[in-house]
Amino acid sequence: MPEKTLLKASNISKSYSGVHALRDASFTLRSGEVHALVGENGAGKSTLIKIITGAVLQDDGEIVLNGEAITSNSPALSKSLGIAAIYQQPVLFPELTVAENIAIGRERLGAFGVIDWKERRNTAKALLERVGARIDTETIAAELSMPQQQLVEITRALGADAKVLIFDEPTASLSEEDTQNLFKVIRELRADGVGIIYISHRLEELPVIADRVTVLRDGRTIETLEMADVTTEQMIRLMVGRDLSAVFPKRQVERGEVIFELKNFGSRSAGIRGIDLAVRAGEIVGVSGLIGAGRTELAKTIFGLEAPDEGEILIKGRAIHIGHPSEAIEYGIAYLPEDRRKHGVVLDFPISANITLASLKKLSGFAGLNFRFGKEKEIAADYTRRLGVKTPAIFNAVSTLSGGNQQKVALSRWLMTKPSVLILDEPTQGIDVGAKAEIHELMMELAEQGVAILMISSELPEVLGMSDRIAVMSGGTIVKIFDRADATQDKILSVALGHLESAATR
Amino acid sequence: MIFSRYKREVSAAIAFVVLLVVVGIAAPTFFSAGNLRDLVINNAPTLLIAIGMTLVILAGQIDISVGSQFAVCSVAAGFLAKTGMPIPILFICVLLTGAAMGALNGALIGWLRLPSIIVTLAMLVMWRDALRWVTEGAWVQNLPENFQWFGLGQTGGEILIVAITLVLFAFFAWSLRNLASARKVYAVGSDAEAARLAGIRSPNVVFWVFVIMGGLVGIAALLNAVRFSAIPGNSGVGLELKAIAAVVVGGAAISGGRATLIGTLIGVALLGTIGTALTFVGINPFWEKAIQGAIILAALVSDVALGRLEKNGKFNLAGAKAA
Repeated sequence: MPEKTLLKASNISKSYSGVHALRDASFTLRSGEVHALVGENGAGKSTLIKIITGAVLQDDGEIVLNGEAITSNSPALSKSLGIAAIYQQPVLFPELTVAENIAIGRERLGAFGVIDWKERRNTAKALLERVGARIDTETIAAELSMPQQQLVEITRALGADAKVLIFDEPTASLSEEDTQNLFKVIRELRADGVGIIYISHRLEELPVIADRVTVLRDGRTIETLEMADVTTEQMIRLMVGRDLSAVFPKRQVERGEVIFELKNFGSRSAGIRGIDLAVRAGEIVGVSGLIGAGRTELAKTIFGLEAPDEGEILIKGRAIHIGHPSEAIEYGIAYLPEDRRKHGVVLDFPISANITLASLKKLSGFAGLNFRFGKEKEIAADYTRRLGVKTPAIFNAVSTLSGGNQQKVALSRWLMTKPSVLILDEPTQGIDVGAKAEIHELMMELAEQGVAILMISSELPEVLGMSDRIAVMSGGTIVKIFDRADATQDKILSVALGHLESAATR
Repeated sequence: MIFSRYKREVSAAIAFVVLLVVVGIAAPTFFSAGNLRDLVINNAPTLLIAIGMTLVILAGQIDISVGSQFAVCSVAAGFLAKTGMPIPILFICVLLTGAAMGALNGALIGWLRLPSIIVTLAMLVMWRDALRWVTEGAWVQNLPENFQWFGLGQTGGEILIVAITLVLFAFFAWSLRNLASARKVYAVGSDAEAARLAGIRSPNVVFWVFVIMGGLVGIAALLNAVRFSAIPGNSGVGLELKAIAAVVVGGAAISGGRATLIGTLIGVALLGTIGTALTFVGINPFWEKAIQGAIILAALVSDVALGRLEKNGKFNLAGAKAA
C-alpha cells in the first residue's frame, strides 16, 4: 500500500455559538486507502467533512493537501483541488440527462460558451465506463434508480478529477447487491490512488471495505486503527466511551390475539399484491427484502397513503376500509415513515407541536375550540423525558436536533396516539448507536404492552435481532415468513434475491 | 424572548414608528383626529382581506383574485340592497357570495391540486370581466336610504365598521393560537407531506382557508360599499397586491408556515399610512407606490438576513432564548 500522505487535518477546532463541534481533531488520509470515519451522531464527523469540503471554516487548525496548506477554503476551492463528497441522497439535477449532469460545472466550452455535445457525451461515456456503470448517457436523471444516481455522482466527482472522495453513508439505502457493486467501484478507485473517506453507521461493512478507521467522540479524534486489528465491539466501545452490548434487547413476550391481519391484500398503483399476514399483540414482525421489493409501499397502502384495490385489512377480526391516514389513526394504526428528514417530522415546528400533531383532537375542547397548551407542554415534556430526547427546551424547532433525537420525536408523536398497530419503516436508519439501542428497547416495551409491531428494515442484524417472525418480500409480495428460530442472514437473503422454488406458487 | 420570537414583526413595527415620528415632526397636523379617522376607515377593509391572505399564505398558497372577488361582492351588495333586503340578511348573503367564490378557488386548488397562482390568476380575470359584462361598466346607483352607513349616519356607521373589523381581527388572532385547526394550517404550510403523514387532510385545510378568505372579502366589500352613495363596477383593483404586501411586510414567509396576525396588522398600518404621510410631508404622492415597493423589498431582504444570521449562529437570538 502506498504510504504517501494525501490529506492531513491537524488540530482542527470548531464551535457553534459556544458548543464545541470539534476539538483538536487530527486525521490523515493516504492516497490509495479507504479510511473510515465512525462516531455517534454529533461526534463531529459531519463538521470535519464540512471543513474539508470548505462548507464551513475551522476556528483553529489547518488542512494540508499534498503538502500545501489550504487557506480560506470554500466549496469551490476544495472542488478545484480535487475534493468531492458523495452523500446518502444523491443530488443530481433530475430533469437533465446523465451526460449533462456529469458535465455540469467542469466542462470545457467552445468559443462563446457553445456546448460541444459530442465531446460531452464521449467524456460521460468514458467516465461511466471507468466506474463500470452501464447507464445510457442520454437518460434523464430522474428515471435512474437510487444506486444508479449514486454511480452518476461518483462519475461526476471523477470528472472533476477527484483526488479525495468522501462518502457519507453511501449504503444507507442500498440493497445488499448494490452495496457490493459500490464496494467494487470504491476498490477500483483506491487502486487508482484516490484517497477515500468513508462514513458509515453500518460498522459490519467496514472490515469489508476500509483499510483504516478513525473513531470520533465528542468532537475529538479518539484513535486511528488498522482495520485488520479492530473488532466491531472495540469500535463501539471507543465510539460510546462505554461498553454497549451489540446484542439486541430482545425479550420473550407473551403473544396475544391477532390484532392486525391482511388477507390477499394488494394495490396495483403501489405495486404490491396478494399479501397475507397476521400480527398478534406483543409480536414484532420484521419485514425484509431488497429495495423495490414493495416494503415501504405495503406500509403506505396499509396507512391509507396508497389506494388498495384487492383483499382486505382486519383490525381485531373486523374488516375495515382506510382511505386516508387520519382514518388509519382512528383505527389505532401508526406509521413512522422512512427518512424522517423527508416529512417524518415538520422541521420548522417546535418539538412539542411535532409530538402532538397526530393527536390534536385530544388537546382540544368542544368543537375543536380551546386548545390546551398546558396539557400539550406536559405531554411533550413527558415524552421527551421518557424517550431521552436531548434538548434544552421543548419549544425548540426539531431542525435543531440530531438525527437520533428527531427520530425519537417522530416516534413520540405516534406513541401519543396510543396505537395498537405500529408500523416502523427503517426506524434506526442513519442514527447513532446509542439512540438505536434506545429505540430497540422502546420497541420491546411497546411489545410488552401488547402493541403489534411491523418493522421494515434493510439491516439484517436488526431484523434478526428484534423480530419474532420475519416476512421476506420480493416482487411486491411476501414470499416467505420465517420463524425467529429458523431465520438466518443467508436464508433471508437468498429468499429476498428470489432463490426460492415455492415463490412461483404464490 | 418576545423580541426573538417576533423579530420580524418588531422590525416592521420599528419602521412604522419611525414613519410616525418623522411625519409627526415634519407635519404635526397628520395626527389630527379627522385624518386618523380617515386612515382607520380606509384601511379597515384592507385589513380584513389581509387577515384572509395571512391564512392563505400560512397554508403555503396565494390568492391574487381577491380584488376581483371584492368587486363582485361590492356590486352584489348593491343589487341586494336595492331589493330591500334587511341589512343583517344582506350581510350574510354578501359573505356567502365571497365564500362561494373562495370555495371554487379552494376546490380547484385543494382537491384538484392545481397551482394557486394560476387558478387565482384565472379567477382574477374571469370575475372582473364577467362583472363588466353584467354591469356594462355602469355603477350601482339609487341605493336605499338604509344602506349607506347601514342607516346609522356617518359616525355610527364608522364605529360599526371599525367594531366589526376589530372583532374579526381579535377572533382570528385568538383562533390562530387556540384552535387545533390553526395548527393544521401551520403544518400544511410548513410541510404538506409531513402533515399528510401525520393524518391531516391537507386538501380540506386548503379548501377551508380559501373559503374563509372569500368570506372575509365579502365582509370587506360590504364595509367598503356602505361608505359611498354609489358602487362602481371596478372597485378593488390592486387589492391583492396591497394584501399580499402587508402580509409579507408583517414578517410572513411567502413559502408558508410562518406568519402572525399582529405582523399583518403592522404591515397594513405601515403600507396604508405611507401615501397619506407623503402628502402631509409635502412629497408628491406619485412616489407612494415606489416607496411601498421599496418597503416590500426591504422586508424580504431583512427576512433573509435574519434567517441567515440565525442559522450561522452569529446573531443567535433563538439561542439566547433557550439559555
